[in-house]
Amino acid sequence: MYQYDEQDQLLVEQRAEQFRDQARRYFEGRLTEEQFLPLRLQNGLYIQRYAPMLRIAVPYGHLSSRQLKMIAHIARTYDKGFVHFTTRQNIQMNWPKLEDVPAILSDLAKVQMHAIQTSGNCIRNTTSDPLAGVCADEVEDPRPYCEIIRQWSTLHPEFAFLPRKFKIAVTGASRDRAAVRVHDIGLRLLKNEAGEVGFEVIVGGGLGRTPMIGKVIRPFLEKKHLLSYLEAILRVYNLHGRRDNKFKARIKILVKEMGVDEFRRQVEDHWQSTQDKLLLEDSVIAWYQSRFIKPGYDPSATPVAWQEERRQNKAFSAWYTHNTVEHKVTGYRVVFLSLKPPGEAPGDMSASQLEAVADLADRYSFGIARVTHTQNLVFSDVRESDLLELWQALAELNLATPNVGKLTDMICCPGLDYCALANASSIPIAKEIHARFEDLDYLYDLGEIRVNLSGCMNGCGHHSVGHIGILGVDKKGEEWYQLTLGGSSADDASLGMRLGPALAKDQVATAMETIIQTYVDLRQEDESFLATVRRVGVDPFKERVYANH
Amino acid sequence: MRIIKDRAIIEDAWRHLTDEEIPSNGKVSVPFARWQVERDVLTGRDGEIGVRLSGVEPLDELAADLGQLQLIVLEFPKFTDGRCFSYARLLRERYGFAGEIRASGDFLADQIYYMARVGINAFEYQGPEPLEQILRQLEIFSVRYQPAVDDQGLLFSRRYNR
Repeated sequence: MYQYDEQDQLLVEQRAEQFRDQARRYFEGRLTEEQFLPLRLQNGLYIQRYAPMLRIAVPYGHLSSRQLKMIAHIARTYDKGFVHFTTRQNIQMNWPKLEDVPAILSDLAKVQMHAIQTSGNCIRNTTSDPLAGVCADEVEDPRPYCEIIRQWSTLHPEFAFLPRKFKIAVTGASRDRAAVRVHDIGLRLLKNEAGEVGFEVIVGGGLGRTPMIGKVIRPFLEKKHLLSYLEAILRVYNLHGRRDNKFKARIKILVKEMGVDEFRRQVEDHWQSTQDKLLLEDSVIAWYQSRFIKPGYDPSATPVAWQEERRQNKAFSAWYTHNTVEHKVTGYRVVFLSLKPPGEAPGDMSASQLEAVADLADRYSFGIARVTHTQNLVFSDVRESDLLELWQALAELNLATPNVGKLTDMICCPGLDYCALANASSIPIAKEIHARFEDLDYLYDLGEIRVNLSGCMNGCGHHSVGHIGILGVDKKGEEWYQLTLGGSSADDASLGMRLGPALAKDQVATAMETIIQTYVDLRQEDESFLATVRRVGVDPFKERVYANH
Repeated sequence: MRIIKDRAIIEDAWRHLTDEEIPSNGKVSVPFARWQVERDVLTGRDGEIGVRLSGVEPLDELAADLGQLQLIVLEFPKFTDGRCFSYARLLRERYGFAGEIRASGDFLADQIYYMARVGINAFEYQGPEPLEQILRQLEIFSVRYQPAVDDQGLLFSRRYNR
C-alpha cells in the first residue's frame, strides 16, 4: 500500500490543527451552525440521530495492521467499541463526541489516516477494485492512479464547494468489481488497438433517488491527460451543475439535461486550454507506483489444494469454496472475511475483532487488510499452506461465515437505527432475512445473489443495483419496503425493476422467500437469479408475492 | 474600508456603485449588466474601472474587455456557492487577467486559503475574525498537491524536477 512521505504527513497534521481551530471557533460562537456545517462535513463529521457520526477515509479500501489497531483504539476510547464499514470502503463511527473529534483526527494522523472530504459537496474518497493487484484479469494495477486522484482532489481549491458530492471509482480489471458505471466519474483502465494503456471515462452514473447508469464520454484517454480531463469535467460541473435544488444537483442530472454530446463538447473545450499545464508524466506515474510497497511473495510457495481436509471438514471446505478466490501468484490465495454473520449488523466490527484481524494480517497477509464495497474485508495475499490455520483463527472471531457473494452477504446501510436521514430500519430486516436463509446447502444452490438494503432513497445501501433491492420508505409514520428485482452494478450494470406496492415490515422476509422459491421453480439448469429475472421479467415474481394480498 | 490585498492589510479606495450616477473620476466598480450598457461612459472618464460578477455571467463575453479593467469583484452570493472559484481560475489562466481579483459577499475566513490559490488576491472580509487573523489563514497549509494559479504542476513533479 501507499507509504506517506513527509509532505503527505504534514498535510494531515495541518488539517487536524485546522479543524481543532474551527471547532473552537464554533464552540465560541464565532462560526454559526450553518457556517460550521460544510467545514465539519468536509472532515467527515455528521450530526446524527443520536450522536455525531464520524466517517474516516480508507483510500481505495486499504488498511495496514497499524491503522486497524488505531481504529480499534479510537473505537474503544471515543466510541462504543465498534465500527461500521461502508459501501465507499470507508469506516463510520456512530457515537463520538463532537468535542473529541479534533483529538480523534490527531490520532488518525499518527497512522497516515484522516477524514478529509469523506462528506460534503466535494470530491469524495476514490474507490477501487478490492482485488486490485492480485487478480488475473487486470490490465494494470489501478491503485497508483487512485492515489494520484486522491492527492489531486485533496484540498483542491477550485472544487471544495461543488453543487453536490462527487464520487470517482477506478478499475483496472476486465470484470468490474468497483461499480464504475454508477459513479459520478468511472474510470476503466484498458488497452487500445495500438496496445497502449489508458482510461475509458464514464460520467453521470449514480444511485440515490434518481439512479442512472453512466455514459462513456471518452472511450480512450491517454494516461498523461488523466488529471486535466478530470479537472475539465469538474469545472463544467462546478459552473453549470444545478444549485437551486439539492435533489437535482448531481452531475448525472446535468449530463441528462445538457445532453451527453453538449456536455462532452464543453469538457473538451476546457480541456484543450488546460491539458498542457497538468500533464501526468511517466516519471510521475512511476514514482507513485514505487510508493506502493509490493508484497514479498515467496517464490518457493507451492499450491496446496487441501483435498483431504476438505473431504473431512465440511465447514472448512465451504469456506474455501465460497470465501477464497484464486491469486495471480502461484501458491497464494485471496481470502474474504465475511462481516455478515447471522444475527449481526452487516459490515460492523468490534474493537477486539479489529485488533485480532490486525494480528492475523501481520501473520498471514503482509500486514494489510482491504475493505470491499460490499462491506467485507479481504486478506489479499495468503499462502495456500496457511489457509487451514487462518480459517480456524477467523472462525473463532466469527469472521468465517461462508457466505461471500451469496444471498446473506447483504449490503446494508445503518438505517433508522443510527442515521438521521433514514425513513426505515434496515439492520433488523437484514437480520430477519438472514435467519430465513440459514440452510447453507440451500444458499449455495441459489448461487450468486446480491441483496442490497437502503433505509431511505438516498441509497447508501445501493438498493437500485441489487439483484434484489430493498428500499425503506415512510408511510404515515410506519416503515414500509419497496422491492426491486434485476439490478446490477457489474459490467452489465442495470437498475432494478419495481416488484409492486411497498410491503409492510413483517412481510419482507416472507416475500424474499417467495421470490427465491419462484426463482428456483423458473430457473433453467444453471441459470443465475439475475439471468432468470432478465429472461422472465418481474411479473411471475409479482404474481406470487402479491397472491395473498 | 480596510481590506486585505496581496497579503497585506490596506485602506481601500474603490467605490462599488449600484444605482447611483457614475462619478467623473476615481476608482469605481459596476455590475456586469451595467458594464455592458454603459461601457462608453465608463471608459470615457478619468479613473480605474472594475466589474462585479457573481458566478452566473457569461465570462467569454467579458473576455475581450478585460484589458480595460483594473478590478474584477467576485461577489459570493452564498459561501456554499463555489462557482466563483472557477471564475477566478478562468480569469487568470484562460483569459490572462492580471489585474486585481477581489472576493466580496458571503464567504468564510476558512475559504480564503482556497480563494488565494485560484487567483483571488484581495478580500473584503466582513466576518467576526480580525484581519490579522485572516492573514494567517492564507498560510494555513504548506502542502499543496495540485497545481492552481499559485503553483504549477503536481507536488511530486515540482519536487522531482527541483
